[in-house]
Amino acid sequence: MKRDYTTHLRQFHEAKWDEEIIFDLSVPGQRGILVPSPAEGVVAEVGNGVDALPETMRRKKAPALPEVHQTRVNRHYMRLTQEILGMDVTPDISQGTCTMKYSPKVQEHLVAQNPNLVDVHPLQDESTIQGILEVYKKTEEMVNEISGMDAFCFHAGGGAAACYEGACVVRAYHESRGDTQRDEIITTIFSHPCDAGAPATAGYKVITLMPDENGIPSLEALKAALSPKTAAIFVTNPEDTGIFNPRIKEYVDAAHEVGALCYYDQANVNGMMGITRAKEAGFDLIHYNLHKTFSSPHGGMGPGCGALGVREFLKPFLPVPRVEYDGRRYYLDYDCPQSIGKVRSFMGNVHVVVRAYMWIMQMGAEGLKEAAICSVLNNQYLMKKISEIRGVKIYYAPGKRRLEQCRYSWEPLKEETGFGTMDVSKRIVDFGLEHYWQSHHPHIVPEPFTLEPTESNSKDDLDEYVAILKEVSRECYEEPELIRQAPHNAPIHNILVDEINDFDKIAVTWRQLQKRIAKGTMKEIK
Amino acid sequence: MTKKTVFPYIPNSVPEIQREMLDYVGAKDVMDLYEEIPESLRFTGNLQLPEPIRDEAGIKRHMERILSKNVNCNDYDNFKGAGCAQHYVPAVCDEIASRGELLTCYGAETWADHGKYQIFFEYQSLMAELLEMDFLTVPCHCGGQAAATALCMANRINGRKKVLLPRNMTPQNLQLVENYLHSVHSENALEIVLVNYDPVTGQIDLSDLKTKLDPDVSAVLIENPNYLGIIESNGGEIGRLARENGSEFIVYADPISLGVMEAPANYGATIGVGDLHSVGLHLHCGGGQAGYIASLDEMKYIQEFKELVDGVTDTVVPGEVGYTVVLIERTHYALREKGKEFTGTQNNLWMAPVAVYLSLMGPQGMEEVGNTIMTNSQYAAKKLATIPGIRIRFTAPFFKEFVVDFNQTGKTVAQINQALLSYEIFGGVDLSQDFPELGQCALYCATELTTKGAMDRLAIALEEILAGRE
Repeated sequence: MKRDYTTHLRQFHEAKWDEEIIFDLSVPGQRGILVPSPAEGVVAEVGNGVDALPETMRRKKAPALPEVHQTRVNRHYMRLTQEILGMDVTPDISQGTCTMKYSPKVQEHLVAQNPNLVDVHPLQDESTIQGILEVYKKTEEMVNEISGMDAFCFHAGGGAAACYEGACVVRAYHESRGDTQRDEIITTIFSHPCDAGAPATAGYKVITLMPDENGIPSLEALKAALSPKTAAIFVTNPEDTGIFNPRIKEYVDAAHEVGALCYYDQANVNGMMGITRAKEAGFDLIHYNLHKTFSSPHGGMGPGCGALGVREFLKPFLPVPRVEYDGRRYYLDYDCPQSIGKVRSFMGNVHVVVRAYMWIMQMGAEGLKEAAICSVLNNQYLMKKISEIRGVKIYYAPGKRRLEQCRYSWEPLKEETGFGTMDVSKRIVDFGLEHYWQSHHPHIVPEPFTLEPTESNSKDDLDEYVAILKEVSRECYEEPELIRQAPHNAPIHNILVDEINDFDKIAVTWRQLQKRIAKGTMKEIK
Repeated sequence: MTKKTVFPYIPNSVPEIQREMLDYVGAKDVMDLYEEIPESLRFTGNLQLPEPIRDEAGIKRHMERILSKNVNCNDYDNFKGAGCAQHYVPAVCDEIASRGELLTCYGAETWADHGKYQIFFEYQSLMAELLEMDFLTVPCHCGGQAAATALCMANRINGRKKVLLPRNMTPQNLQLVENYLHSVHSENALEIVLVNYDPVTGQIDLSDLKTKLDPDVSAVLIENPNYLGIIESNGGEIGRLARENGSEFIVYADPISLGVMEAPANYGATIGVGDLHSVGLHLHCGGGQAGYIASLDEMKYIQEFKELVDGVTDTVVPGEVGYTVVLIERTHYALREKGKEFTGTQNNLWMAPVAVYLSLMGPQGMEEVGNTIMTNSQYAAKKLATIPGIRIRFTAPFFKEFVVDFNQTGKTVAQINQALLSYEIFGGVDLSQDFPELGQCALYCATELTTKGAMDRLAIALEEILAGRE
């Protein structure tokens, strides 16, 4: 019989292994693996290779790596993986802004095992990497169509890196026109922090617009900030609140009017595939996170792919090499004199592009649109359910439909019980949910939490998630001790975080820890 | 009427469920969900995408067919390295890196994902032992990025505006650094000055370095082994000169060399960088790359890192250990445009195979693999040097790569590499574009995976090609 989550919450307990640190498993003399020796005939010819090392560069003291037999190394890391949830075992609705969608296992097996991908060198002759070049070109053509852009580059290893790459393209474009007074970028506070941090790294001053009561900055505020010094606007839409800015085209037009470019951070595009495109909104540059929208496991934060898309006039500035097709064969084009050069070695995370290609090819136009629709439907369903939970408030744009995610607030809960968003986040782990994403900084929305129920989640997943939040809310009001001590069923209990900015309490490596212990500022770990 | 497709990855594409949910949210039609998007912005056409291959068997076959147009480095003998050399990846590395829990998690904090943070901490700790440096963050995108960030760190530490880089620096890293150190206003950019290399040894030209060291120099960076494979035996002297000048000394090192080669910190490096590729990552056509950055245990370095970093702390339960993100206040996550450069999703997964690799290898494995690599590369070089017309370009010792000079053969590297393909050999990386001063030279690489048979076949093939007998 189907489980009713409102009456039967999952009993969950995560593995806790109390596992030693790898260094404490070391037994002198043990070996984890034997490595190939040079062939006899080779040694006969040249002797021992290390004898050629100049004395100044010969390692004097062997690195203090642990000596552990293979069974134990495998067991050690297996145990540690059991102390992770990950979305293979839990519906990861929790991490809003992250588009946690299912990555089909068929991709994974291929990407991890096919020697024609795994064991290919990036500098092989073009004739021997035609398959990979074909995937790059065809994926580019498909995302061109999905976005309306004219060219894409897949080099950047993540969204923030694509954002930086975009800022460099903006810089190169203005420089190419001798337009050197433009040193400002305008972004919005609910755009991802990389929309501020990445352009700043490229040398731009950053102006940040704050939202009005609708959750988005007013057009007037943008116009007041725009000037002949504006190099570009960098905006997310929908922003992390899930609110779509319906006047986005007017924002773009206003920016274009002063000669600025418009960069669309499309990390939040999952609900819009086949529904609305960057091109129609007038943008010049965009990025997609292939590892979010187009499936690829997130790997605990990468490797991913920030695909930078541009209109034709910006194509000359993209990194090299470009993958091109002459009607007969695919080839790499390095002859791009206006290119910004490189943002990442070789051609980026090829395996992520392969997964995206497979996903789009499996979904087709109809599937992409269905994914978008279901992600939005899931979000609106979840929003309505969560809005009924005691202690929750939803800021901005009342009554308006949001797209793929929503930023909620536990402000009333905090006022009424003293428990805030961090307390709830720790407690939901006890029910088998991933700790949720609160918000980027600064926390404009008080006691925030941001959920994104992608199309991978079923109605049952959503119902269960809501039932857990509801139960935790009840506990906050009625069983405060449970919350105070949470988590109970996770691999560790509440950590003491307030001391970690003190130099003498910082230990990010084993050897640093040993120093702190010797100094008496930290304790030994067992 | 065709039946609506129910997608296996989209559970709510079942029409009845969708209807029920639409009713719940008060939408008559799916497009009502998008009422906030004005009609003028709606995409009304159908995306012109290829006909989909919906079934799993079909997409698998389709993909395998495309990839079969590639040739791989198992089928051919490969002598290309250039930052992406072919090393053995132990099976346990793949076993752990492909665990669903690790593969499919993301940035969630420590409670539910505690094992993730312990793995990250162990990665930092194991690399720290290899480098003999105390502070290390999670990895960045690639070695070139690590170098670029280290140079920016140096500038933030000492405020100086000039960096000295080797003229024979890894070309794609130099390209990346050039872009990264550029800025909107030229007064905010860092000036790059290239230090010559000795045309005979291939090492940094010390006298040129001395001439270029001045009070504006923020950092001196060397690669060791350098891009051309050469071991910078004067690393200690270069470091001393740099530090006496008040500059940071940044060493870009190949981790797999560090079982036999001295740890950069022990010859004066203040910041250590490089790419993790050689210690547990696959080629993946250049996908398997990740940059590491490490430093001495001083606050002036620690506060300038841009990446997230994982530390160890106590929990409310006495004796319980907690691994978690620390020092987040430096980053763009906390400070937006005022953070240290920018960070974001990079290469956290790769910490797992690197940690596994170093745990399996231990000190003995690292020493042995270093020796095997050096032995094989010397054999390959010696073998090739006997072929008429070929010589080894530089005299200084090398680690796994060496420059083969074809200038006297009357053939270009491109022609030779093309001919080698018919022998099922990937010849060395052609240097003629990046290093025109070398003429027709190629960078050959041998590792622990390069067999004697492969090296002997290479020598025979080159002999035949150069004698016009192919």
